[in-house]
Amino acid sequence: MKSFFRMSYPYILWIAVFIVAPMIMILLYALTRTGNSTLTFQFTLENFSRFLQEPTFLRVLVTSLRIALITTLFCILIGYPAALFIAGLPEKRQTMMVLLLTLPMWINMLLKTYAWRGILLNFDFESETKVFIGMVYDFLPYMIIQIHTSISKMDPELKTAAYDLGANQWKTFVKVTLPLSVPGIISGITLVFLPAVSSFVIPKLLGGGDYVLIGNLIEIYFLTAGDWNFGSAISLIMALIIIVSMWATKKLDRNEQEA
Amino acid sequence: MKKKKKTLWDRFTRSYLLLILLFIYLPILYVVLFSFNESKSLSNFTGFSLKWYENMFQDRTMLQSIYYTVLVAVIATVVSTIVGTIAAIGLSKSKRVIRTLVLEVNNLPVMNPDIVTAIGLMLLFISIKMQLSLMTLILSHITFCIPYVILSVMPKLRQLDDNVAEAALDLGATPWQALIKVIIPQIYPAILSGALIAFSMSFDDFVISFFTAGVGINNISMYVYSMKRYNPSVNALSTLIMVVVTLILILVNVIPYIREKHTKKEEV
Repeated sequence: MKSFFRMSYPYILWIAVFIVAPMIMILLYALTRTGNSTLTFQFTLENFSRFLQEPTFLRVLVTSLRIALITTLFCILIGYPAALFIAGLPEKRQTMMVLLLTLPMWINMLLKTYAWRGILLNFDFESETKVFIGMVYDFLPYMIIQIHTSISKMDPELKTAAYDLGANQWKTFVKVTLPLSVPGIISGITLVFLPAVSSFVIPKLLGGGDYVLIGNLIEIYFLTAGDWNFGSAISLIMALIIIVSMWATKKLDRNEQEA
Repeated sequence: MKKKKKTLWDRFTRSYLLLILLFIYLPILYVVLFSFNESKSLSNFTGFSLKWYENMFQDRTMLQSIYYTVLVAVIATVVSTIVGTIAAIGLSKSKRVIRTLVLEVNNLPVMNPDIVTAIGLMLLFISIKMQLSLMTLILSHITFCIPYVILSVMPKLRQLDDNVAEAALDLGATPWQALIKVIIPQIYPAILSGALIAFSMSFDDFVISFFTAGVGINNISMYVYSMKRYNPSVNALSTLIMVVVTLILILVNVIPYIREKHTKKEEV
């Protein structure tokens, strides 16, 4: 039995090379100057200070965060009622609805976005509106399914108890269903906000070439400008923001549950 | 009065859900309809024709992108399923500290934004003087697929009764036999669903492929991304892919059901 644990050795080697080493590479590039040879590292923070001092970069960062935030908000506003209504259906129909919502998730996101490009060419929307439609479309099913899971896990006796104690439907919703579905909303936020911040396909395909978000900025510095050091620094800044916001949402969740 | 109010509410909730489904399926319906359009128009359906399908089969770069997508997805799925399953079995028997640590690292590609995984791999390949090619593309796909296989297989392994494998060993089975005849059959459904997720992740990937593939090697996503003008042949391609994906999903969901019925019949 004990000999089985050796079976994990090849994979441990694999993750050392293909997961850990790349992360170290990004860190090294972000902290060094362009053109540094591998043997003579010269550590510097100038890639980071360059990002923070240039208003254009900060504006891109703020736009990315704003778009991700509004996308998340729309997903909650549209998705919450949907999740709630699905949970009110008979069980067989619930399974059917969840299946119908998950089915398009298996289809290539780029092809769906390309379809939206065709549809939206018929309308005279601003590029930002188009990007919003594409983003909400892409992430809405994740939000609905997360919230629906947390609502359907609820003990139905709790609602009955609230009615027995004289609460009306609205009050039962506000005092019982809504607080108990908060974990679902929070896991929905992590599934929507985080990928939305780094998204660069939807802005490029729907917003046109002039619409730059932080993901596009990283792409430009890696593939067009060829400045990997600065590109690495931008991606580290983005990763840091994502880690902090993830930590904050988790903390929020814990406080909510304790209260 | 109360009953009438309820039906009105019911009607409202049903229409709302219908609208959501319409929104979700709108691009799919649009793509299927306009793939049969006679003209290049994006708003008017002028008549039925198969010309975009013909165009697609004449477009060499498009066909090549399908070939690369399928090739990479099949190799990445097979390798990541084998490596991931073996690793998960090994991890389930190793020390808690090692298991937790490896699973944390294993989660990195799942949690990290794709673009961070992508540039990390690109920097790695370039630093070790490996030219970006089909090989680097496949290595990258295997790397981001294995974590999903492990995440799918690990929970099932935890439910396993250790004594069964132990008994097999006591009865004279070699560890290899115990693995093939006892452990694998018990976690088979989890391996299959891990393989399915891996395949779909690889098939749909854009960002990581975009940064790690060599010049001239495009998968479907990269081909679509790089197109400057709107090309209706993509609608034909999308329709075909959707049909194949739906068929695979139906097969995967129906086969276990049929098998279950079959074994029940045999038991009777």
